[in-house]
Amino acid sequence: MITSGYGDIIREGLWTNNPGLVQLLGLCPLLAISGTVVNALGLGLATIATLLISNTLVSLLREHVRPEIRIPVYVLIIASAVTAIELVMNAWFHGLFLVLGIFIPLIVTNCAIIGRAEAFASRNSVPRAALDGLAMGVGFTGVLVAIGALREIVGQGSLLDNAHLLFGEWGRDLRIELFPQEHGFLLALLPPGAFLAMGLLIAVKNLIDAGLEARAAPSATTEPAEPAPSQS
Amino acid sequence: MRFRTRTSPHMVPGHSVGHLMRQVLYALIPGTLAMAWFFGWGVLVNVVLSVLFAVMFEALMVKLRRRPVAVTLGDSSAVLAGWLFALAIPPLAPVWVLLVGTGFAIVVAKHLYGGLGYNPFNPAMVGYVVVLVSFPRELSLWPSPQGLMEGSFTLWQTLQTTLTGRLPEGLDWDAITRASPLDMMRESLVTGQTVGEVARSPVFGSFSQTEWEWAGNLFLLGGLWLLYRRVITWHIPVSMLLSLATIAGIFWVFDPDQFASPAFHVFSGAAIIGAFFIATDPVSAATTPLGRVLFGIGIGILTYVIRTWGGYPDGVAFAVLLMNMVAPTLDHYTRPRIFGHSGDGRG
Repeated sequence: MITSGYGDIIREGLWTNNPGLVQLLGLCPLLAISGTVVNALGLGLATIATLLISNTLVSLLREHVRPEIRIPVYVLIIASAVTAIELVMNAWFHGLFLVLGIFIPLIVTNCAIIGRAEAFASRNSVPRAALDGLAMGVGFTGVLVAIGALREIVGQGSLLDNAHLLFGEWGRDLRIELFPQEHGFLLALLPPGAFLAMGLLIAVKNLIDAGLEARAAPSATTEPAEPAPSQS
Repeated sequence: MRFRTRTSPHMVPGHSVGHLMRQVLYALIPGTLAMAWFFGWGVLVNVVLSVLFAVMFEALMVKLRRRPVAVTLGDSSAVLAGWLFALAIPPLAPVWVLLVGTGFAIVVAKHLYGGLGYNPFNPAMVGYVVVLVSFPRELSLWPSPQGLMEGSFTLWQTLQTTLTGRLPEGLDWDAITRASPLDMMRESLVTGQTVGEVARSPVFGSFSQTEWEWAGNLFLLGGLWLLYRRVITWHIPVSMLLSLATIAGIFWVFDPDQFASPAFHVFSGAAIIGAFFIATDPVSAATTPLGRVLFGIGIGILTYVIRTWGGYPDGVAFAVLLMNMVAPTLDHYTRPRIFGHSGDGRG
């Protein structure tokens, strides 16, 4: 990992080691807050900011922290970052702050964040750690927004509902209604819907990976050693 | 000349899965016909459409999983799942409710978990619970026999209603539907009536609403036939109905105005069909004798708790799913002692 380039760091965060789909970390906010796109995006942005700040600070302090007490120090750094972000959201995105509620302070307990601090930021230089935090955050947010979109469309037939909480007054025009809300598939908005959507997303990712591998395999070896299984 | 088998060992031809499933289907026929008699063509339309959809989804999933389609369809398990699902759905439910429910039952609850033999949850009940929590309005519209008679619903009108979701001219849902006995009991108790007052209502027979009682009786008949044929064992149905009656009896003796009688609970809703046909699903139920008894007791108690204090009028489906979850644990701790070995059964 020491030798991985910037491109690898980005690819890891967004796809091959995605915190939501591959590491399966931070499932609590991922499943609880993904009812609508706007909630998902709001929490995702807060997580990106937290990851960026915590990874940078951990990397800056990595020479000065004794290994015996590193975990409490990381937790303190993350908690400070989250507290600052919570105050910012309370000041400028008060509506969203009220909707997300307890899940903003709970970012502290998101395993993806302390996981990156321990596994990557504490061993890498500041720019690389910051980039890693950004890539992981964007990867996490991507999954969050994808689940949010899926659940919002199926569950209440709209997209970007309540967008004014995040984007200000003009956000009201962003709402897209695909079908009237009373025909929604209620299950998608309930907790089981989150698990189902998550499972389907992981399945889709595995399908894409399998497809990529199957495409890469014949080009890597010019002559297959054994006859390839017949796949339709 | 007769050949008589005298001494063991004998080779007994095994029952195939399809053979067992079809016996369960035969046992469902009398109860289904009784429901059709009371609730009209809608019951049969639902059964036919749900079975059709279930078989379709089964074929699709088996094809996607690259397994032999004919062999899997031959075991009739999809037919049974579709049929049981259809019996839980109100007779005039729109067709997309059937499609979503059977789709969830077969695709998600059965094949995403690995197909027949691997599904931890009863597929028909998963399908039913999914539509129940998703479309509460459509799932609450049980027609009353009298209302249907006034509207004189023909097969053609029933089909139209199912396919379009709209009633024929001159009818509205309020006129032809009526609260099911469990709904009725629940609503009346909330508004301060006593159990006795509800039970004196003209639509009640001896224990519950007449049509539910009769459907229950005929499902009971089918269930007893299954017991006689040894398709199911006595453990689950007996322990479930007994525990339901016992806990209902305790509360009923304690306060007969607030809590309905044990007979009402046993003969209302899905208790009987659940005890004989749903909870006994060989895949998702417990398998050891003691495990089955505990499994049945759990379903009985949970059914009563959900009916009495829960958010939904009937709790059989939820109770079965909840107990499906603990069935592997029950099996683990109730392994019978192996002959010749001491206590823990591990040998």
